[in-house]
Amino acid sequence: MHSPVTTSLPKSPTGITGLDEITGGGLPTGRPTLVCGTAGAGKTMLASEFLVRGATQFGEPGVFMMFEENAAELTANVRSLGFDLDQLAEQKKVVLDYVYIERSEIEETGEYDLEGLFIRLGYAIDSIGAKRVVLDTLEALFAGLPNHAILRAELRRLFRWLKDRGMTAVITAERAGETLTRHGLEEYVADCVIVLDHRVTEQISTRRLRVVKYRGSAHGTNEYPFLIGERGLSVLPITSLRLDHRASTEQMSTGIPQLDEMFAGGGVYRGSSVLVSGAAGTGKTSIGAKFIDAACRRGERALLFAYEESADQILRNMRSIGIDLGPWREKGLLEIHASRPALNGLEQHLVTMHDAVAKFAPALVVVDPVSNLIDDPSSQNLNHTLIRLIDFLKQAQITGVFNSLTHGSTATEAGMSSLMDTWLLLRNLEFNGERNRTLYVLKSRGMAHSNQVREFVLGGDGISLAEVYVGGDRVFTGTARVAQEARDRAAVEERQAAHERRMRQFAAKRKALEAQIAALQAESEADFAELNFAAAQNEAGAVIEARDAEIMARLRDGIAPKEEISNDEKALALSASQHKETA
Amino acid sequence: MTTTAEPTTPEVARAEWQLRLYVAGQSPKSLAALENLRRLCKTHLAGQYEIEVIDLLKDPRLAAGDQILAVPTLVRKLPEPIRKIIGDLSNEARVLVGLDVKPKDAR
Repeated sequence: MHSPVTTSLPKSPTGITGLDEITGGGLPTGRPTLVCGTAGAGKTMLASEFLVRGATQFGEPGVFMMFEENAAELTANVRSLGFDLDQLAEQKKVVLDYVYIERSEIEETGEYDLEGLFIRLGYAIDSIGAKRVVLDTLEALFAGLPNHAILRAELRRLFRWLKDRGMTAVITAERAGETLTRHGLEEYVADCVIVLDHRVTEQISTRRLRVVKYRGSAHGTNEYPFLIGERGLSVLPITSLRLDHRASTEQMSTGIPQLDEMFAGGGVYRGSSVLVSGAAGTGKTSIGAKFIDAACRRGERALLFAYEESADQILRNMRSIGIDLGPWREKGLLEIHASRPALNGLEQHLVTMHDAVAKFAPALVVVDPVSNLIDDPSSQNLNHTLIRLIDFLKQAQITGVFNSLTHGSTATEAGMSSLMDTWLLLRNLEFNGERNRTLYVLKSRGMAHSNQVREFVLGGDGISLAEVYVGGDRVFTGTARVAQEARDRAAVEERQAAHERRMRQFAAKRKALEAQIAALQAESEADFAELNFAAAQNEAGAVIEARDAEIMARLRDGIAPKEEISNDEKALALSASQHKETA
Repeated sequence: MTTTAEPTTPEVARAEWQLRLYVAGQSPKSLAALENLRRLCKTHLAGQYEIEVIDLLKDPRLAAGDQILAVPTLVRKLPEPIRKIIGDLSNEARVLVGLDVKPKDAR
């Protein structure tokens, strides 16, 4: 598709998720491809999907010639992938031809060839104008026909014939021991060889696919895990994933207002991935439930993958902290997929998630917890699976919340961290004989976020975050925080009281001073009046004295002041002079 | 379809031995098979057989019906169960075993 090499070699897309990415566009057009693998590796499924998708998506009708199971069996088998072969056969998009060989019914005498097979195949191809052919499994012929020399010659002729007719063919073969196929079919099919493998590690099976050979084309050479899900095969080509998803600037609420505040006030970005990690009982599930509740309140769909608790148990438990998810589920806004992690291999879980997400089209996906999907936290598989899932969600602009159970160390999370846009860390804080939950935002790409540790309080009425008390080098939570709060309140009250008391003292003192001032003023006024009186007396005294002196002078001069000076005046002058003496 | 019926006893509506030979055109193998079959029947099943020759090149649709892969293939339709013999029928003894026919000499 992208490599320049592919332009020289025409390719036919298989429509199988991931396989076309690995092969750079599909299988070689007009040539046979050998698909080999052990029993139950998924050969028939791959072949069927190649044919069905060709017929339905790429306008290339196909012939399915089967040697092991009959048409009814095959139809039933692939119906589990959502393919209706009967209908396709009716529409003349697919021809199913079951070739039955029973060794015991056949006697061999003399020369023969397999012209009958060629004629059958040719007739089937011509009847619908087929471009694709599946032969599943040719090796059954080796059991049915005793003369292998003839058979080999005829097979060689068959592949030549298929090429001449320009058929894009898939030939399946059983793998045996060291060789790719039991009967060495790889000799004849040299253009493209795909090996399927089915391995069981620690009781969990994983299917893998590898393109061994692709003549004339670059191809991914790794072993890729693949899955058979409800919508067919999907190969997980981790290394070819591209980072080209859109980044939304829209923020969505986490459902906890105080937590939203920590993310620049609006919550996390839509379509981002959120890791919520913490030890057991730190409240991861509750945060996930809050996310779901908020999404459903907005009328969005949410999907919960639970690997620890059953759906009912989650509903009950969340109800105990005031989050009722039941109504959302009834309204069809919430879907819960609960299963034990050991139910399937990691890849199978991934494909289940894929299918569920594709079918439900949610705005939010919560995985609780993602760490349970593997027993061995050091495994690379989880990362690969997660990358795949996260990218898938991001492409679809679905917000993902992944809970992760930590076992003391944060090594697993460190590996996951690069995949996550936002990381909420929950911690248990043991102090003062009790355990309290704290929460902080370890990182949140592309937005300002609070650096504060908050106490995370689960109550009957929901989740809330409280400011923790940081005193000295210690963070106070729980009762210590409450005690500290009480202490602080007491301190405030005391300060207030002290202030008031001081104010009262001031007022009293002021009042006293004022009284003093008034008294002094009164005294001063009294003094002043006295002073005035004295001054007036003094003045009057001076006038009288002057007059007395005049009178005296006149008297000494013998001038009798008959009418001028009355007796009264004399008396007055006398008293004034007396007064003057006393003063 | 080329049908070569050779009833030697016309009063019998259906022969005891219903044989069908699938061939692909006039190939040497096909011609040899037909010749060998006729000779064998005349010798060992005189008056009790019916041979139907089907040329798949002319009627490819019929290949699926009797599950024909190899050409030529002789199919014993009757008596049941169905038996198949592939090849040019050059080994008479083996054909007789395959058809479960008792050789005339032994009778």
